[in-house]
This record gives sequence, structure tokens and C-alpha cells, in this order.
Amino acid sequence: MISLNRVTRIFNSRDGDQVTALQDVSLEIGRNEFITLVGPSGCGKSTLLRIVAGLILPTAGRASIGGEEITEPRAETGIVFQAPTLLPWASVLDNVLFPLRMMHRIDSTSTDKAMALIKLVGLTGFEGKSPRELSGGMQQRVAICRALVHDPDILLMDEPFGALDALTREEMTMELLRIWSERPKTVLFVTHSITEAVVLADRVVVMSPRPGRIAEIIDIGLPRPRSFETETTPEFHEASHRIRQLIFGTRHVSSGRAAA
Amino acid sequence: MSVQAAPPLEERQKPPRRRKKSAALYEVVVPLIATAGLFLLWEGACRAFDIPGYLLPAPTDIWKDTMAIGPTVAGHTMATFKTVMLGFVVSILISLPLAVVLTASPAIAAAVYPFLVWTQSIPKVALAPILVVLLGTNELPRIVITVLVAFFPLVISIATGLLSVPPELIELSRACRASKLSELLRIRLPYAIPFIFAGLKVAISLAVVGAVVAEFVNADAGLGFLIQTSTAFFKVPVAFGALIILSVMGVVLFQIVVAAERVFFPWSSSNTTPGA
Ligand SMILES: Nc1ncnc2c1ncn2[C@@H]1O[C@H](COP(=O)(O)OP(=O)(O)OP(=O)(O)O)[C@@H](O)[C@H]1O
Ligand SMILES: [Mg+2]
Repeated sequence: MISLNRVTRIFNSRDGDQVTALQDVSLEIGRNEFITLVGPSGCGKSTLLRIVAGLILPTAGRASIGGEEITEPRAETGIVFQAPTLLPWASVLDNVLFPLRMMHRIDSTSTDKAMALIKLVGLTGFEGKSPRELSGGMQQRVAICRALVHDPDILLMDEPFGALDALTREEMTMELLRIWSERPKTVLFVTHSITEAVVLADRVVVMSPRPGRIAEIIDIGLPRPRSFETETTPEFHEASHRIRQLIFGTRHVSSGRAAA
Repeated sequence: MSVQAAPPLEERQKPPRRRKKSAALYEVVVPLIATAGLFLLWEGACRAFDIPGYLLPAPTDIWKDTMAIGPTVAGHTMATFKTVMLGFVVSILISLPLAVVLTASPAIAAAVYPFLVWTQSIPKVALAPILVVLLGTNELPRIVITVLVAFFPLVISIATGLLSVPPELIELSRACRASKLSELLRIRLPYAIPFIFAGLKVAISLAVVGAVVAEFVNADAGLGFLIQTSTAFFKVPVAFGALIILSVMGVVLFQIVVAAERVFFPWSSSNTTPGA
């Protein structure tokens, strides 16, 4: 469904230097596939997401969705950012409805759709609350509803659980898997957590920095539905070990494991 | 102030309703008591040390002399009030579109900004007589001076507010393929509300200052005019009376802006009102 063909993106930084955020990235993502992106900071994960979102254009190469080149943001894509960034003056319900409003797609069924999503993430009863009255995890759930309200077929998530504590994070991860199995879509999910990446993904894309490239794509064959219990299985171990190797190099990982 | 900023622990744990009530008590009663105390001290000092009326008139003398020409003072107050309000409204009408344009285009910002700074560097007192020659001895030059004094901080704070939107929200708006106009109306302007009100609070105070400066130079009415004429005739208590009315006007108008923000944008006021 999403196809990146030798995508390169170069930024001109303020001091006149050129930064190659992505170089020759090629990736084919199938319909309703769950892809996670991991890699050290600055390896171009967000840049890749922005290109798929149509917010920035590749400097070279071709990015396309369903065969059509991405030249501008597309209505059928939903985005969740690292911070919830809700509108402080709007209620939970209005925050969820916000994209529909901006797209002039609001109609008599919109509120029902939004309420169903709010129920899906377990926030029923909070529709009228203002974002200030919610915890960080609850705000992020609202942000997920906001990304889903126009029923996108592609969901882009840039470290959506980065600001959450470990417990909430696990809970949200499972919730996301549940939502995804109820309403399948193509998901591109950036994370710094290797465990999270493996638990969620059909395939983990491991990236390396300077310039940002794909180091390896790892198939995760673990059966679904999954949970963090899967963490103890040999397949899980093998996959996360391989990812660590790719990110930190072989020596670091073996000493790291001895210490752990 | 410090009482409000760091309430004792027990008070912080009280239920919100009571805390709100005691906060209102602090905000209204404490300043009133302080003001009353100051006036008593002033009156006492004037009597005890027998300070001559042309140096520092006692509050009772100020009251007596001002009330003696009550209707005249009321007329002057209305004249000043009108200039302040017109100047304030015109400042808003100029600042809002100006800030929008300044933040929308770096090129326009680069072109207009030097002029903005330039209007601020001219001493308004020096400009006032020139404006009278240009625009005639009527209301207009007074309003222009008031606007020149009041609008700049407003433009700056509105522009700052419009630029304070988290970049993610702008990206969200772009991802929704929203127009620049709906981005402005649905995201940028609401986000700027706390900043706009911070600017309005400064602007309303400056509008009073600007109106009086203008009246000093060119007026046949207004509290500034009253201060000038009464000092010229050594009617110092009346000048003090006008001064007090001016400061009350400034405080009341300021508080109206504060109240308007609380009433219409309750989610905003906590961001901008220190100690609230
Ligand atoms: N708008 C921009 N202007 C200039 N350089 C940029 C811009 N956006 C990204 N870059 C550069 O591109 C590189 C990749 O950035 P990107 O944000 O994609 O990394 P990332 O993998 O998302 O990192 P992190 O995990 O820290 O979020 C970085 O070196 C960054 O400095
Ligand atoms: Mg990033």
C-alpha cells in the first residue's frame, strides 16, 4: 500500500550545512500491516513519517500510496504525535471531532462516531472534560481517537507513548493492538522501545543514523493476539537481540546482556 | 502577592470552593483595606505636620474642592474616558490584523517591523503638538496619540501568541488540508487568547497614559486638561482629585479586562493572571 523507492531527504540547516536525514530508503508496506520503526535518535524516523504523511517531500526518490505519488497531505491518513497536543480550550469530544471540523466533514453521524471511539479507548464519561483535567495517558488516548475519527486507512504514530510511564505505556500498547485488530489499518509506528517494537509489529524496520538508512527489516512471526507475556518466548528474545545488535553493535550487546 | 503565591499547606488542601472564596476575599478586601489605610495615613500626616495645601493637600481637602465643582469634573472625566476607550478600541482594530500579517509573512514582517519600532522611539509628547497642526484641534490627534502609546505592546503580544502554537498542531492542520484561514481562526487565534489578554491589560493602562499626554498638549476638556488648568491657578487639591480619578479609571478598566478574560475564556485566565 505504501511504497518508498530510494527516498532521500536532505535538510539545509541554518548554518548552511546539509543534513542527509534519509538516504536511499526503500520500503514496501502492505495493506493493514503493522510496521514499527526503531533506531537511534536522529536516524530520520520522524522524517520518514512526515514524508509518508505528505507534510514534507523527498529530495530524491519516490514515495507513493496505492501507486499514487505523495505530494501533499492526504485526508485518509491519521497522525499521532509524541505529545498529545490537544486544544486546551476544547472538550475531549471537540478535540476528537477537530479533524472533521477542519476538513468540513462534520455531519449528524460525527458525534456518534467520536463517542464510539471514546468508548473504544475507555474514556466514556470524560467527553465533556477539558484536557487539563486528564492524565497524560488519557490525553494520549484522546489524541489517538482524534487520529482515528475520520476513519483513516493509514495511521502514523511518532513515539506516541514516549511521554508515558512504563505501566501506562504497556497498557496503551495493548490497547492499540486491540484497536488495530478491531479496525485494521496500515500502521507505521515509531518507538525507542525495542520490546514495544517487537510486541506490536508484523515487521520491525531498524534504522541507522548519519545518513539515515534502513539497516535491516526483521519479520516478527509471533502469533497474535500478543501480550507482554510473549516477551519470555525464544522468538521474542531472538528478535530483540538482533535489533540490539543492529543498533548498538555486537560487542555492546553481549556485554550488556552479561550485565543484565 | 506572596500570600497567594505560596498558600500554607492546610489551605491548599481545602476544597476548591472555599479556596476560591478566600482568594476573592484576598483580591478585593485586602487591597481596599490597604488603600483606606494609606489615605488615613496621608490625612493624619497632613494634619500632624501641618503640610501646606499647595504641597500636599489632605484627602478631605481634595474631596471637598473636587466635589465643589463636581459636574465640571464629571464632564472632564467623561471626555478622558471617551478618548481612552476610542484609543483602546482603535488599538485593537489596528493590532489584530497587523499581528496576523506580521506573523503570516516574514517578508512583510521585515518591511513593517522597523516602522513599528520607529513609532515607539518617537517621544509622544513631542509628537503631540505636531499632530495638532496636522490634524486640527479636535478629538482626532488625541486618539492618534493614545493609539500610538497603546498599540505596540498589543501587536507584540498578539504576534507572540500567534507564533506560540505547538508545531504539531500546525502539522495536524496541514494534514487535515485546512486552509490558512481556518488554521488562523481555529488554532492560532484561540491559542493566542492568553497572550492577547496579556497585551490588552498593558494596552488599557497605556491608553489612559496616552490620553492624558494628549490632553496636556491639546484639549479643552479632559482630566489632563483639568490638571493643567488647576495647577496653573494653584488649585492643587483639584489637580490631585483629577489624578485620583485617573488612577481609579486605570484600575477599573484593567480589572474589567481581567474579568472579561475570566468570564469569556475561563481556560485562559489561569495562564496569565499571576497568583490566581
Ligand atoms: N526541519 C528540519 N530542518 C533541518 N534539519 C532537520 C529537520 N528535521 C530533521 N532534521 C535533521 O534530520 C535528521 C533526522 O531527524 P529526525 O527528526 O527524522 O530523527 P528521528 O529519528 O526522528 O530522531 P528522534 O528519535 O530523536 O526523534 C536529524 O539530524 C535532524 O537534525
Ligand atoms: Mg523523531
